[in-house]
Amino acid sequence: MLDAQMLSFVYASLMALAILLYAVLDGYDLGVGILLPTDNEHHADSMIASIGPFWDANETWLVLAVGLALIAFPAAHSMILQALYLPITVMLIGLIIRGVAFDFRAKAKIKRKSMWNKLFKIGSIISAFTQGYMLGLYVMSFEQSVLAFIFACLSGIGVVAAYALIGAAWLVLKTQDELQLKAIAWCQLATRMAFFGVMAVSAINPIINHSVYVRWFESEILLLLLPMPIVCLVMFVLLDRVLWKLKHQPSVGSWLPFLISCVIFILCFFGLLYSFYPYVVPGKLTIFEALAAPESLRFLFYGVVVVVPTILAYTAFSYRVFWGKVQPLSYY
Amino acid sequence: MLDTLLLSRIQFAANISFHILFPTITIALAWFLVYFKIRYDQTQHPVWLRAYRFWVKIFALTFALGVVSGITMSFQFGTNWPGFMEKVGNIAGPLLGYEVLTAFFMEATFLGVMLFGMKRVSARVHTLSMVIVAIGTSLSAFWILSLNSWMQTPSGFEVRDGVVFPTDWFLVIFNPSFPYRLSHMLLASGLTAAFLIAGVSSYRLLKGDDKKAPQLTLKVSLTVAALLAPLQMFVGDLHGLNTFEHQPQKVAAMEGVWETEKGAPLLLFAIPNEQTKSNDFEIAIPNMASIILTHDKNGEIKGLNEFPDATPPVKPVFFGFRIMVGMGMLMIVVALYFRFTLWRNNTLAPWQLKTLIAMTFSGWIATLSGWYVTEIGRQPYLVSGVLRIEEAVTQVASDNVLISLIAYLTVYVLLLIAYVRTLFYTADKSVEVEEYQKPSIEENVYA
Ligand code: HDD
Ligand code: HEM
Ligand code: HEM
Repeated sequence: MLDAQMLSFVYASLMALAILLYAVLDGYDLGVGILLPTDNEHHADSMIASIGPFWDANETWLVLAVGLALIAFPAAHSMILQALYLPITVMLIGLIIRGVAFDFRAKAKIKRKSMWNKLFKIGSIISAFTQGYMLGLYVMSFEQSVLAFIFACLSGIGVVAAYALIGAAWLVLKTQDELQLKAIAWCQLATRMAFFGVMAVSAINPIINHSVYVRWFESEILLLLLPMPIVCLVMFVLLDRVLWKLKHQPSVGSWLPFLISCVIFILCFFGLLYSFYPYVVPGKLTIFEALAAPESLRFLFYGVVVVVPTILAYTAFSYRVFWGKVQPLSYY
Repeated sequence: MLDTLLLSRIQFAANISFHILFPTITIALAWFLVYFKIRYDQTQHPVWLRAYRFWVKIFALTFALGVVSGITMSFQFGTNWPGFMEKVGNIAGPLLGYEVLTAFFMEATFLGVMLFGMKRVSARVHTLSMVIVAIGTSLSAFWILSLNSWMQTPSGFEVRDGVVFPTDWFLVIFNPSFPYRLSHMLLASGLTAAFLIAGVSSYRLLKGDDKKAPQLTLKVSLTVAALLAPLQMFVGDLHGLNTFEHQPQKVAAMEGVWETEKGAPLLLFAIPNEQTKSNDFEIAIPNMASIILTHDKNGEIKGLNEFPDATPPVKPVFFGFRIMVGMGMLMIVVALYFRFTLWRNNTLAPWQLKTLIAMTFSGWIATLSGWYVTEIGRQPYLVSGVLRIEEAVTQVASDNVLISLIAYLTVYVLLLIAYVRTLFYTADKSVEVEEYQKPSIEENVYA
């Protein structure tokens, strides 16, 4: 019943889910890192406390996404990873620095704490930027040209802005008083930057990528597609409005910016998916060509059916345990 | 010249060596913490809580280092060993996949509850979260060692058009060397954590920390070490017999046997010479190697001459093995003798505390040398008899690999220094804390 066609589809969807969850979840905690103030220890503590219990699990979605690529589409996996060799190294070093700074800052000597705070911030920025940079190269089919490089840098900045947006939205939800007001201001700024980022990438992508142009503008389902960018636009405007309101009444609807940011992430993600599906490596390999042995995928599939819902359930449990505004974290 | 293959090998070895340092500690430390916490739940005696609180900080730090270095590992296969996944991905993929699905998510999620949720959930749910984290770390070891053992002693597969396909998943997972490797590794983890705890506790005691917690953790860790160290020798022996059966060339390198011989001696020391294909400066016990491996005084041991195109480098395997076994012996002596002293006098002499401090990281040394024996002894194959390493290597330019290697090494050295210093700094801080006072500001780690 599970033929190769079906399996490619299932695994591609799972991979998409893992990437999307990664972008949203690690997006907010990288965003918090990007926004970390270096001059206000107290705020830095609260901000880090807001992501403390979650960042590790969030990052695991990246491991799953890479793992699924490796398991289901090994040829694509090795093609992509070799093409992105250096940016991946830089991203990993960013993630390493950030992940350990999180712990060291709380345990090292007091005088070193601000150094680890800075490393946390720098590591977050590096990871976010390189992820966007790689996304840009991917969209450009790993072309080696100045144009591709510029586009990749632009996309890198776009992702930093997008993560800062969702990170700020998370802080609006999780913090209060002065820090919350600060977060609202960050969120407003990040909304604009992310808006221009999304616009720029969406405008340039079809211009330089002919197949993407055909996909979107010579499509028979243009009318069905149109709502996607429109809703996205509306979401940005709505977010801006909500933030204005929150400025005066920070306690009402503080979860809205996060929700709207999630919707924006999801829409952009589907836009991207639509541009390239069914290619895993744009223009080179489709999900049907790149597939691993069906017997292996079937073996893992049974695990996936049981385990993924379980993971989602206990993830929900952990968010429930840490529901509400942050309190200082401590180990007991 | 340094080519991509050599650089990739060095980089992989550096990355995995760095990674394994931290899981080796956390796999067993998680169970130590469960024990401390359960004892606290039962007795409500604050000393158990003290022990828990001190070690949970170390655990969190170690875990973080394990996670970030593990994430690096999961990219390595694609960036540096694409041929590995193309040829044996059908086996390696699902095993790695199950590790992510069943172990990583579970431990990462419940780690949050364990570290930061003590006040937010009931004592029971908290302890349960700890048990789940501990099971998660052990499950990681289960899956990854299954893969590694399969690479050593592959079974349950067939090769079609040069690609490996699974035929029997049970045989793949429970391949011939897996049970030995898993139990040996879990025991190694137990010993590494036990000596770490013993070392740091001794450090606190020697610094004049007269609270009960370090005395207690010293006692617990020495008890565990005294139980596990002899067991490890026994399991290690079984492991060696298993290797003798499936990878005789590795055992030949471990024992420095160049020519097949009957009644082979056990070399306590020697310097293998790859040019002359013999050993210099041998110190040996006659017939002993044959007795250990074949249980027969005149049993035959195949020499390296029988494997002309599958000879691993002898020196690192030979010395690695002696370092590991030497450490194992030292651990047995120290653990049994010191535990006995503790039982007699209820305290250790300063020289004994100093010895334990010196042995804080002895588990790391034994584990690393053991892995070097295993992995280098498998050369020139990546998967025994199936895939040679030069077939698996990346197409990436050697300059790029050199850059990434230098970057990783720099970060790793700095982090290792920071880790060890923070470990002892945490110990220093806890010396100053008074017995059973209300948690102080410093202890409020994020406030
Ligand atoms: C605390 C760590 C530790 C200690 C004290 C020992 N070992 Fe060990 N040994 C390991 C940690 C380790 C390891 C790192 O965990 C290895 C590498 C791969 C594996 O599964 O276990 C290993 C591998 C390993 C192998 C390699 C087998 C192969 O790959 O084919 C043998 C034959 C032994 N061990 C035997 C022993 C003996 C006879 C010991 C006597 C006391 C001993 N080990 C102590
Ligand atoms: C359990 C999971 C492990 C897997 C799947 C694994 C896999 C590999 C792979 C793919 C290589 C590269 C190819 C080669 O050079 O042979 C390798 C080499 C190596 N690994 Fe492992 N490894 C594992 C654990 C370890 C650990 C824990 C250590 C040490 C601490 C280690 C030490 C080494 C070394 C030293 C080499 C280089 C051998 C050489 O090139 O001469 N490995 N292993
Ligand atoms: C090639 C080999 C390996 C790969 C690709 C790998 C991959 C990973 C990854 C991605 C993580 C982070 C998981 C998270 O996000 O929470 C991790 C952590 C972990 N790994 Fe590995 N690993 C390898 C070798 C090993 C070995 C040899 C062991 C032990 C026997 C091991 C045991 C663990 C454990 C217990 C953790 C949990 C984190 C910790 O305890 O620090 N891994 N590994």
